[in-house]
Amino acid sequence: MTLFVEAWQFIVAHPERFLSALWTHIALSASALAIAVAIAVPAGVALASSRRAAQFAIAAANVGRTVPSLAVLALVMPILGTGFAPSLFALTLLALPPILINTYTAIRQVEPDVVDAARGMGMTRREIVRKVELPLAAPVIFAGIRIAAVQVISGAVLAAYIGGGGLGDFITAGIAMMALPQLIVGAVPATLLALGADRLFGALQRALTPAGLRT
Amino acid sequence: MIEITGLTKRFPGASHPAIDHLTLSVPEGEVCVLIGPSGCGKTTTMRIVNRMIEPDSGTVTVNGSDVMAVDPATLRRHIGYVIQQIGLFPHWTIAENVATVPKLLGWDAGRIAARVDELLALVGMDPATYRDRFPRELSGGQKQRVGVARALAADPPVMLMDEPFGAIDPITRARLQDEFLRILHGLRKTIVFVTHDIDEAIRMGDRIAIMKDGALVQYDTPEAILSAPANAFVEAFVGADRALKRLALIPVGDAADASRALPAGTPSITASASLRDALSQMLAQGVDALAIDGGAPGAVTLAGIRARTRTTPSDEEARSL
Repeated sequence: MTLFVEAWQFIVAHPERFLSALWTHIALSASALAIAVAIAVPAGVALASSRRAAQFAIAAANVGRTVPSLAVLALVMPILGTGFAPSLFALTLLALPPILINTYTAIRQVEPDVVDAARGMGMTRREIVRKVELPLAAPVIFAGIRIAAVQVISGAVLAAYIGGGGLGDFITAGIAMMALPQLIVGAVPATLLALGADRLFGALQRALTPAGLRT
Repeated sequence: MIEITGLTKRFPGASHPAIDHLTLSVPEGEVCVLIGPSGCGKTTTMRIVNRMIEPDSGTVTVNGSDVMAVDPATLRRHIGYVIQQIGLFPHWTIAENVATVPKLLGWDAGRIAARVDELLALVGMDPATYRDRFPRELSGGQKQRVGVARALAADPPVMLMDEPFGAIDPITRARLQDEFLRILHGLRKTIVFVTHDIDEAIRMGDRIAIMKDGALVQYDTPEAILSAPANAFVEAFVGADRALKRLALIPVGDAADASRALPAGTPSITASASLRDALSQMLAQGVDALAIDGGAPGAVTLAGIRARTRTTPSDEEARSL
């Protein structure tokens, strides 16, 4: 208990340090997630209509998914150096596979008859994607974003190792100096952020499930 | 009307063309049923009309304009499209489903809402009850009613129907066929209707195109195909009971023998029943003549039915039936 009291005292003593680390953590995670969504959702939709490209990309994504977060950060450092931008790059890489795989799978699972009817009634390819495929795929796509969000927030803790800042700074410093309260200052808010993101995207996933599909 | 000329389509890797120099003309306002065994090219032919499949050579014109000269999406918005699997959009309400094409065409909301209610009523579904439901809440038969309403929404002059009642149980199917014929009556649509069910073809078609290996084997009225099959393939295809099928096309009222007087108490049949029904009733009741209900003069007789089936009517006579 004293540990948590001391951790709280640390935050009160260094409010701007804590808030800036928290802000960096959120900014890093949110940007990485936003960039990953902007890349992986259109890519997943495009891959769904070309089987050969899809096999390659999905295999690559599955490999990417198994690489540990720390290894991704470690691999980026020699190429891009240290700081916010390399961390953002590494975290984006981390977020891509689950979103890509879920988008691809969700679009492929849309009934071919429904797409055939849409085409036969005169929807253009773009209209089919926007009005039919994406709404029907939305729940599964959001499940992918939810997984990616949790991974990115957790992974962002490790960004401290390559100078990305964020709550991980307190953890690495806490470990280095054997200062356990400082470690808690990083660990607990990071955990709460990840849990919060999981709840938020879970709620979004339910809200975006079309009424006709809810049972 | 729809004019198909010299149409050929070969799918990559296939040894035989799916369609081989097919020429076919569907007069305006008629239902043309394409029928034949699996792989005969009937569905491919239908799908080339709205460019869901592109032909290798040949032309298709719809009401005089070459379909290849029109943007595919624009073309399809003016051709009704119904498929066996229906393909309703599960995330849209029934009203939104029916409104699909009017929305694509940019109709205003009031006009769309009025049209949706009109169509739901036309296909026998109470708009107030069903408008806001979702497809998963409907039975198979109800879904296909919505499928038909959706295809009719923008009042297209031409409709393509690919085994629309194929996945529906036989009792509901017969009812939907009757209702569809009633709906069509007076709408004057030119329809290409694909089926593999010869009874459905006889029932629905003004003309039947029997296809085999991508080519047309016989193209004529149901009556002519049943009375004079072009070859052994058509004869086998229409079935050994083709005489009975012909009788099913002829109403009792059209075959009444006015000279025959019947004793009081003879069993009777309604004028709108078919000769097939009359024959069945005669066999069941052990009589060789039936009176006609509603005070119509004359009778329908076994000899009269025999005369109808034995001779091959001339083309003119066939058309008048």
